[in-house]
Amino acid sequence: MTPSKPDLVEMLRKMILIREFDLLAIELRKARRVHGALHPYVGEEAVAVGVCSVLKTTDRITSTHRGHGHCIAKGADINRMMAELFGRVDGYCKGKGGSMHIADFSIGMLGANGIVGAGLPIACGAALAAQLEGAGGVTACFFGDGATGEGEFHESLNIASVWKLPLLFVCENNQWGADNAVESVRVVQDIAAHANAYGIPGVTVDGNDVSAVREASETAVERARRGEGPTLLHCKTFRWLFHAMRDVPPPETRDPKVLESWKSPARDAIARHEGDLTGRGILTAADTQAMRERVKRDLETAVDFAEASPYPDPKDLLVDMFAE
Amino acid sequence: MREINFLQALDEAMIEEMQRDERVFTLATRRAVALEQKFGDQRVRITPISESAFTGIGLGAAGSGFRPVIHWGMVTFMFVAMDQIVNQASKIRYMFGGQADFPVTYRCTTGGGSQVAAQHSQSPYSMFMHLAGLKIVLPSTPADAKGLLKSAIRDNNPVIFFECSRLASVVGPVPDDDVTVPLGVAEIKREGRDVTVVGLAYYVRESLAVAEQLATEGISVEVIDPRTLVPLDVETIRTSVRKTGRLVVVDEAPATCSAASEIIALVTEDPDTFRALKAPPQRVCAAPVPVPFSPPLEQAALPDRPRIVEAIRRALDGAHASV
Repeated sequence: MTPSKPDLVEMLRKMILIREFDLLAIELRKARRVHGALHPYVGEEAVAVGVCSVLKTTDRITSTHRGHGHCIAKGADINRMMAELFGRVDGYCKGKGGSMHIADFSIGMLGANGIVGAGLPIACGAALAAQLEGAGGVTACFFGDGATGEGEFHESLNIASVWKLPLLFVCENNQWGADNAVESVRVVQDIAAHANAYGIPGVTVDGNDVSAVREASETAVERARRGEGPTLLHCKTFRWLFHAMRDVPPPETRDPKVLESWKSPARDAIARHEGDLTGRGILTAADTQAMRERVKRDLETAVDFAEASPYPDPKDLLVDMFAE
Repeated sequence: MREINFLQALDEAMIEEMQRDERVFTLATRRAVALEQKFGDQRVRITPISESAFTGIGLGAAGSGFRPVIHWGMVTFMFVAMDQIVNQASKIRYMFGGQADFPVTYRCTTGGGSQVAAQHSQSPYSMFMHLAGLKIVLPSTPADAKGLLKSAIRDNNPVIFFECSRLASVVGPVPDDDVTVPLGVAEIKREGRDVTVVGLAYYVRESLAVAEQLATEGISVEVIDPRTLVPLDVETIRTSVRKTGRLVVVDEAPATCSAASEIIALVTEDPDTFRALKAPPQRVCAAPVPVPFSPPLEQAALPDRPRIVEAIRRALDGAHASV
C-alpha cells in the first residue's frame, strides 16, 4: 500500500529526530552530562523507520546495543529516553538501564540489548506469544551483520521457520561489526542468502531507501499476519560513526573515501527521502526547515526534562528485583 | 493420603496448571505424550535442540503475557544457554526498571549418582543463586515437587526448578487437590535438639536416614530442607541453630562457593546465631572433581551416610572441645 503523505512526512521527521538525538547524545556525553557507553545509529535511520512504519503499537520489536533509533521509530518518548541516558529516575528504566537497556513495553519495545544476537530468541518468544494470542500480531527483530556470526541467529531462524512464527528478522548490515569490516568476518556478503537454508523468504534491500525498506517490510509483515511465517530482511546501510564511545569518540580509522561516499546526499537516507518529498511537492524547503527546528526544540525539551528529573534514590537500589 | 512418585507429582502439577491458566505452555526437546494429548501441540511444543533460542523464547513469551515452562532436559544443557540465563533472564526485569514481569519457569534434572559421568551429573544451583534475579527451587519429596512447581509457574519471575535425578522414582504422599508450597519457606522435616542438618534434595532423605540411625544412640538430629535456595528461608535455619548450637550442611555440589557455603555464611554472620554455636559448622559436599563414571569412584566423589555421620560427630566433638 502506498504510504499516505502524512506517513511519508512523519517518516522524515522520525529519521531526522533519530539522527539529531544521537548527535546530541554524543555532545552530551563528551560534556559528561550523560553517562556510560553510546552506540550511535547515525546513517542507519531508514531501517528502523521503514520497518516500524508498517507496525502497529501492539506489534513488538527487539533491539540492539545501537537501539535509540528503534525506540524512536517505534514511538518511544524522547523525554524518558533522554532521562535514562542522564541516569535519572524519570528515565524509561528509572536510571537502572541506561542507553543499552532502554525498553518501553507499553509500545511493544521489548528492549535494547548489550549482547549481540541475544534479541533474536526473545523476539521469537514475542512472536510465539502473538501466534498463541491469534490476534494477528507480529514482531520485528533488529540485529546487525555481526549477529549473523552468533548461533542464536541460526537457531532463531530455524525455530521461527519450523513454527511459522509471525516475525520479521531485520538485519541492519552497516558494514562494520565493531572495528571489523563485514568482509573480514564473512565470505558470503548477501546475508539474505541465509533465508534459503531455513526455507523462508530472504530479501535484500537498500537500507538507505526508507520507502524500499517500508515496502519490503510491508510484504513481510502481511505474510506474517496471514500466518505464513517469518521473513529475513537484509538492509544494506552504513554506520557513519564509531562503534561505541565512552568519554571521547574513538578515532576514525576507516577509508575516508568510503565514508564520504556513504554520507553524500546521493546515498544519505535522510537527504534522499527529503529530496523525494520536496521533489514531489509534498514538502517545501521551508517545511523541512520548520521540521528541523521542531526536532531541535523537542530535543531541548527532552534535555530539560532529563535534567529536571532527580537521580534515583540509593534507598531504591533493591527495588524492581523481583515481581510480587 | 495416596502415594505417587516424584515424576508423577511433577506431571500432575503441569496438568493442573495448564488447566488452570491457558497462558501456561511448555517447550521441550522431549515429547510429553500425555500432556500433548490433553492440551495439543500448540501449548505442548517440541522444539529443535537449540537451548539458547528456546531459553530466550521463554523470556520473550513471558514478557508478552504468557507463562512458559521451558524444559532444558538435563541441567547440563542449560550451559548452552548461558547468555540467555545470565545476561538476559536474571537481569531483564531490573535493568528495565521493573516495567514488565517475566513469569517463566525453567525445569531441569540435576545431580549425580546415576553413572552418567562428568557432564550429566552436575548440581550447579549455586552458580545461579549468585546472579541475583533468579528464583531457585530444589524439592526433595513428591509433595514438595508438585506444590513448588505449581508455585513456580504462578510466580511472576524467572524460576529455575531443579529436579534431582535420584529422586525421580521416590514415592511419597501427595495431596490430590490444589495444594501449593510457597517459595521461600523451609520445612523442618524432623525435629531434634543436638544438631541441625540442612540437607538439599536427595540428601534430605539421606540426612533423615542418618537421624533415624543416630537416634538409637540418643543423638537428636533436626533435619531442615530449605526447598528453595532463592529466596532462602534463612530464619528457619538460624532459629534451629540457635536451638541446637551445631550445623551440618549436606549437598552433592562441590563445597567451593556452594549453597552449603552460603547457608553457613548466613548463619554465622548473624550475631545471635553465631554466639549460640557450640562447634564449627560442617559441610558435607562432593569432592572437587568432575563426577566420575565408575561406580566406586562416583560413590567416593559424592556424600554418603557415613560422611554425614562423621560430620555430625565432628560437630558434637567440637562441642566437647570448646567446653
